[in-house]
Order: sequence, then structure tokens, then C-alpha cells
Amino acid sequence: MSEPESTEAGEVTLSRRDALIRLLRVAGVGAGSAGLGVWLSHQRSRPETAVAATVKRGHTVAASAALPELAIIEGEDPAQLARQALEELGGMNRFVSRGDVVLVKPNIGWDRTPEQAANTNPDVVAEIVRQCLQSDAKRVIVTDVTCNEARRCFQRSGIAAAAQAAGAEVILPDPSRFKEVDLQGEVLTKWQVFDAFLNVDKVINVPIAKHHTLTGTTLGMKNWYGILGGSRNQLHQRIHESLVDLADFMRPTLTVVDCYRILLRNGPTGGNLQDVLLKKTLVASTDPVAIDAYVAKSFWNLNPDSLPYLGMAAKRGLGTVEFEKLRTRVKKL
Amino acid sequence: MRFLKPARLRLYSQIFFFALFFLLLLRTEFRGSLNSSASEIRLPYPVNMFFRLDPLVAISNALSSHALYKGLLLSLFILIPTLFFGRFFCGWICPLGSIHHFFGSLKSERKRGKQLLESNRYKHWQNTKYYLLAAVLVAAALGSGIVGWLDPFSFLVRSLGLSILPSTNYGLQAFLRVLEQSPSGLLRAVGGVLHFLLGSLLLNFKQPYFRQGVWLGIIFIFMIALNYRVTRFWCRAICPLGALLGLVSRWSVLGLVKESERCNDCNRCLLRCQGGDDPIGGVAWHQPECHLCLNCVGECPENALHFRLFPAQQTLGTNLQRRKLLTSLATGAAIVSLMRSTPGFAAERNERLLRPPGSVDEEFFLARCIRCGECMKVCPNSALQPALTQAGIEGLWTPVLVPRIGYCETSCVLCSQVCPTGAIWEITPKEKGWSVDVGSESKPIRVGTAFYDRGRCLPWAMATDCIVCEEWCPTSPKAIYFRPAEVFDAAGNPKQVKQPYLDPSKCVGCGACEKACPVQDRPAVYVTSVGESRSRSNQILLNRSKKG
Repeated sequence: MSEPESTEAGEVTLSRRDALIRLLRVAGVGAGSAGLGVWLSHQRSRPETAVAATVKRGHTVAASAALPELAIIEGEDPAQLARQALEELGGMNRFVSRGDVVLVKPNIGWDRTPEQAANTNPDVVAEIVRQCLQSDAKRVIVTDVTCNEARRCFQRSGIAAAAQAAGAEVILPDPSRFKEVDLQGEVLTKWQVFDAFLNVDKVINVPIAKHHTLTGTTLGMKNWYGILGGSRNQLHQRIHESLVDLADFMRPTLTVVDCYRILLRNGPTGGNLQDVLLKKTLVASTDPVAIDAYVAKSFWNLNPDSLPYLGMAAKRGLGTVEFEKLRTRVKKL
Repeated sequence: MRFLKPARLRLYSQIFFFALFFLLLLRTEFRGSLNSSASEIRLPYPVNMFFRLDPLVAISNALSSHALYKGLLLSLFILIPTLFFGRFFCGWICPLGSIHHFFGSLKSERKRGKQLLESNRYKHWQNTKYYLLAAVLVAAALGSGIVGWLDPFSFLVRSLGLSILPSTNYGLQAFLRVLEQSPSGLLRAVGGVLHFLLGSLLLNFKQPYFRQGVWLGIIFIFMIALNYRVTRFWCRAICPLGALLGLVSRWSVLGLVKESERCNDCNRCLLRCQGGDDPIGGVAWHQPECHLCLNCVGECPENALHFRLFPAQQTLGTNLQRRKLLTSLATGAAIVSLMRSTPGFAAERNERLLRPPGSVDEEFFLARCIRCGECMKVCPNSALQPALTQAGIEGLWTPVLVPRIGYCETSCVLCSQVCPTGAIWEITPKEKGWSVDVGSESKPIRVGTAFYDRGRCLPWAMATDCIVCEEWCPTSPKAIYFRPAEVFDAAGNPKQVKQPYLDPSKCVGCGACEKACPVQDRPAVYVTSVGESRSRSNQILLNRSKKG
């Protein structure tokens, strides 16, 4: 566009064409900002923290009347125990299909070494990872939302190294990867969940059996606290209801309770080797309620009545507390 | 041979040492490994190396503790060559000096040449740093480590580690979030790649937070901005390490020779002069001010300037006025006495003054701690924060454990590994003794003791089950125990809850209970310093560390 011509006296003359263009420019910006303003003012709504997502719930596979539901294996080598337990239940092929994304959830909650029995035995985790990969799983993810500092827990528990060596994808609970999810529970509704736990095909819960003051023991169902972020320190106020809500949300494919070393006292943190008892046992089941009931009874002599969450979970249809009625395989290697 | 010109070599050296310093600072963090299951965690690199090379830290440590903490002997590698060659450290090595050098060199000759020539002449106020040095060394001799307020590495690590790097992390994460959540697939992919690249080097796993981060950053930026008025104002007027090296370099055998018959008084040598040491013709050279940057040699169009061994030319040393020197010595002494005239130091310690595990008793701590922030940078839970007034004015920027922000991780001893001066004496996880039986024979290192505020505690005040504190308590047997109690809810119905108690003979004061307490704003269980192992007087129980 041509510059306005200046006369000698410094006066400026403006052609009609230039004046029109100038006017159009101003009018265009004016109309544009008015339009944007009107549109934006229609967009206003009270800000809400992230809309809760609804995600895949439950990861169970079809039951089979011929195969056992509970396997109790005793022996020397943790990896061998895991292998045998899976075999008794019909082999990993029953649970993991070709191309599945499998999430293995050990307890990596505390900054403790394997001997202190506050976290799942790394050999058990590694063997389960290997079995999943042998059944042609596409990806096997191993993760947990820890209580103590995550990187210390992942390293010192020995789980990260063992699982990684077995071929798993080990994911640290990155604080930026939590999503608001609607758990649709009775006490737990909208909650922050680590997104590695969302939208996987199969979930294998691999807790360790430990003492816990509020619930007597911490086993499979309690291990689901480890999918949550947010203020999970409030969950103790309604511990039984929240445990059932989480179990209902997750519905794992399989639960393997590591009883190789169990923590008898001062749980769930432990620390003192005198609190650890070598039991050299592994229990696996497709029923997440029955397996907790069995381990509580056989290692802590706790009846299902003294663990209210078990009865509540059974009532919700998540499993049975009458573990005696399951088809059971007991084996000593 | 342009690349081998002396000033070029200096630039390479500056880049190398700055990169080394910066990498070590970034690695002042336990980043974990998915391939290692080593149960004892130590940092693989000597991340506090620059402090060990710092003769000022060594001398103040020697004055205040009458000994040298391990590694500080390395500072002789800087001190002895300086005796022979002058302040090469300032010009060639010091990473803070290099930052100032860089920002000072942004001024264009064309626009600001005149101002540059004027401001780069020697000024009398450059003597300020010597008086500051005298004051902080007297303070050190009287048992106060306030030298760290001004020591260049303390200043740099504190500023970068507690303010600039955390805010960089915040900014980068925000930027990556925008990319990764954008509707365009290409941008998301770029974000993912950037996240991976930055994540392995620069980004933090968790956003670190530090109290006073804003102020530490503003002070740092202000010091950088001063370069706009006077090149390397910090190095010329403030830096007590520069002053120390300047004093030492008085007898150095390397010096500037000015061939006055060649000089045509163009003053170009002043343009890029770092130290303000008057390389121009017609006046004497101020040897202790020179950083040996060699810019003047390269800049001189007549080749009239040369650095020579045993130069046969008159040079000027530091010309300190006796009266001002005595005043600064007296000021250093008076500051310490003044700061200790309050009851805070002797009789009325702040109950929340929790020092990191391994810390020596407060009197020795204030003497040794150089307020560098290494321990705060390395703490995996951001639990260590720079003090404002908790330890008195004198304790400004010393580390305080703030359990509400982060508790002390049971088996972690990294702060004791990185402390360059032994304020936090190096300990092993075993010596810390938190994951073994605390009640019996072993003597754990205690940071303080936890107390309950029963008016805010759920089972005590609100007839609600909780005891998350007991779950988190890391000692074994647990220091937190409970009793079942019958209480009444608001409707008057009886209810059984478990009410927590604390056994002070077992508590180590880690603060995990305080961190885990669901009463978010003012927790119902909190740690105070009483019972800390480092103090003989700040105790509750008779024979606490013995059985029962």
C-alpha cells in the first residue's frame, strides 16, 4: 500500500482509496474482536477440576468348571512356585491371550529390601512377567503408586530390575500421569488414578501377605490402594467400603499372593527381620475374595467375620468368603 | 591458529568447567535405576566437587572447626597455583564468574563503548570485597558460617538449585503439557520426543518446591543484571573468594608487561577487561584484580601487552586502608555477637528447628554450614527447606526439615553425603538406624519427637477411624501404637475406634506421620525438635536411647 504523500508544508493528503482501506482495516479488527468476545462470553462456565473419565472396569476371564480356582504351592524357589501355581490353575494361556496388554501389580509401596518383606518378592513378579510374555502378551506393564519415594522403592525392592530383566515395561508413577476417574463406588467416586492402570486388557494382582493394624492383614484387595493418587490417606476412615469399591472397580484376572516371606508384625512397613517369617508358599486364585479369606485364615488365623470387607465384597458379587468350597490344588515341591 | 589464541583457550576452559559444574548440579539428585537393585543408595558422582576446590570454604571450615573436613584439602589445587600465577581460577574456572562474563559480554561496543571504557577502569570500591572477606573470616573464627551467604558456589548452588532450576522445570513441564495435550498429532509427537530428551537430563521426576525460591531467584537475577552497569560487579566488588585469591596472587610470578613505547592510548584493552585492573598504558597494573582473562592481550592493536613470567615492571597490590580493615574485622565480630545476643540461640530454640539426620549440634552446625543448599537439592522428598528465621537471623538459608512438605526417607542419607563441610556429618543408613529395631540396643539418629494434637485427631476428636500415622511409622516396633476405645459419635451412639499414642523412646522424628496425616492444613500429629540426638540439652526422657 502506498504511503500518504506528504506535501512540502508537512501536511498529509489522503487518497479516497487509502482512506477506505484504513477504515476497512479498523472495522475488520473491531468486528473480529466483537465476534470473538461474543463467542467467548457464551463459552463461560464455572471451572470444574477435570471431568472424571469412565473407563474399562473388570478384567476377569471366563470361569471353567474343570479347572481349579485356588492353588497353594509350597517350595524352595519363589520363581518355581509362581510357575507351578499358574500351571495348576490351567496355565497362563488361560488368562493371557495373544496381543494382550497385561498389567502386573506388585506391592512396591515401601523403601525396603526384599528380605524385609514389605514389598512383593521380585522373583515372583519376574516369573509372572515371563509367563505373560510366553503367552504372547503384547506388553507387560509393572507399576505401583508407592507410599515412600517411588524411585527408592522401585530400586531397593529389587522389583524394577527383576521385572525389567524379564522383559516388562516398568513405569514409575509419574505425577503428571494421574487422571480423574469415576470409580462408581459407594464411597469412592471421583478419584485420581494412575493412568497406567486404565484401559489394559488383563490385570494380575501380586500382593505380599503382611500384617496391618486396621484390617488385620493387607493382602490382595488392599493392594488396590496402589492405583490411586490424591488424598488416599483419607481412605482409612471408611476402609472396608473403599476396599470393596476398589476391588469392584479392578476385578483382576488373577490374584497371586506372595507368602514366601510374610510380615507378621509392624505392618505394613516392617523393617525388622525378626518380624519376617519364611513360609515359602505362594497362593493363586481367580477369586479375589476367597484368596484373601484363605491367607488371612491360614497365616493369621483370622476368620472372614473379623475382616468385614470380605463379607461386603462377597455380597457385592466379587467372590466368595467360603474358600473351602473352591476347587483347590495343594502342592509341595 | 585462531582457535588456539589464548583468549579462545580460556573460553573453552570456561565452557568445560561450567558444563561440569552444571552437570554435577543436575546430578545432585537420586534419579533411581530400573536396572539396579542395589539396596544402598549413594550418588555415583562427587557432586560437591567445586566446594572441595574452594579455598574460602576450606579456610572458614578450618577457622570454625580447627580442622579440615574430608575433601577440603583439594582446595590446595586452586590455592597453590594461584600463589604462582594469580587469579586464573576467576577467569578460567569459576562457573559463577563465567556466567557473569557471559552476561557482561552482551553489551555491544558500538552502543556502549564509552560506558564500557569508563566502567572498566580500576575503582576504589573494588576493595569492598577484601573488607567483606575480613568480616566473614572473623565471623568464621568466632564460629559462624555466614561466609556461605557470599561464597560464590554457595550463592550459585543455592540460587540455581533452589530457585532457577525448579522454576525451569515448572516452565518446561507447562510447555510440554501444552504440546502433549494439543489436538494436533504432530505437536503431540514433538512433545513426546522433547519430553523424553529433556526428561533424561533436565526434568525432575516430581516438581521440587523451596521456600523463599522467589527471593533467591530475584537476588540472583539482580546480581546478573548488575553486569549491565559494571562488568562482573559481583567478582570485582563482592566475591570474598575472589578477594582471597587476589590477596594470595600478590606474589605471583606471572604478570602483565606493558610496552609503553608502543601504546598509542587507544584504550581498547579496557573494552573487554574482566577484572577492572587497568591494563592501559600510563598507569600501574592492579595485579590482584586481574582474572587473567587475556582479553586485553588479544584486543591490543599494537601488540603492546604481554603476560610474562617474572615481569620487570612495577605493579600495584591491594591497597587496603588500615582503618577500614580494622572496622571490617570489628564488624564481623560484632555481627556474630549481635546475632547471638537473642535468646533464640541459647535458651529459646525454635521447636520446629528440625535439622537433617547426622547434623552436628546447633553451635557447631551454624559454624560449619555454608548455606549452600546441596542437601536441599538432593533431598528426594523436598523435605529440607532453607530457613528464614527458624534458626535466627544467623541461620538464614540453613536447612530445616519440614515434614509437612516432605518427611525424612527411612534409609536415605544423601544429604549427609553431599554436605561439603560436615555440618551434616556423613552417616550410613545403618548408622541412621531407622529400619531396624529402634527400641532396643541400637542407637538411632533422632531428628525430633512426634506429638499428637488430640483436638484435631480423627479417632480422638471425631469418633472416626484413621491411624494412617501408625501405618506409615517406619520404626520397628512402631513408635506409634494404639488402644481401642469406646467413643460416642454426634448422634450419641457408642462406637469402637483405635486411638493412637506415641512412644517417645521409639520415635525418631522422621515426620512420616505428620506427612501422612489426613488433616491436611494443620496436621493432628507433628514433630518438634525435642529429643534430637545431636543435642545433649534438648531432651525429654532420661536415658532415652537405652532400653525402654
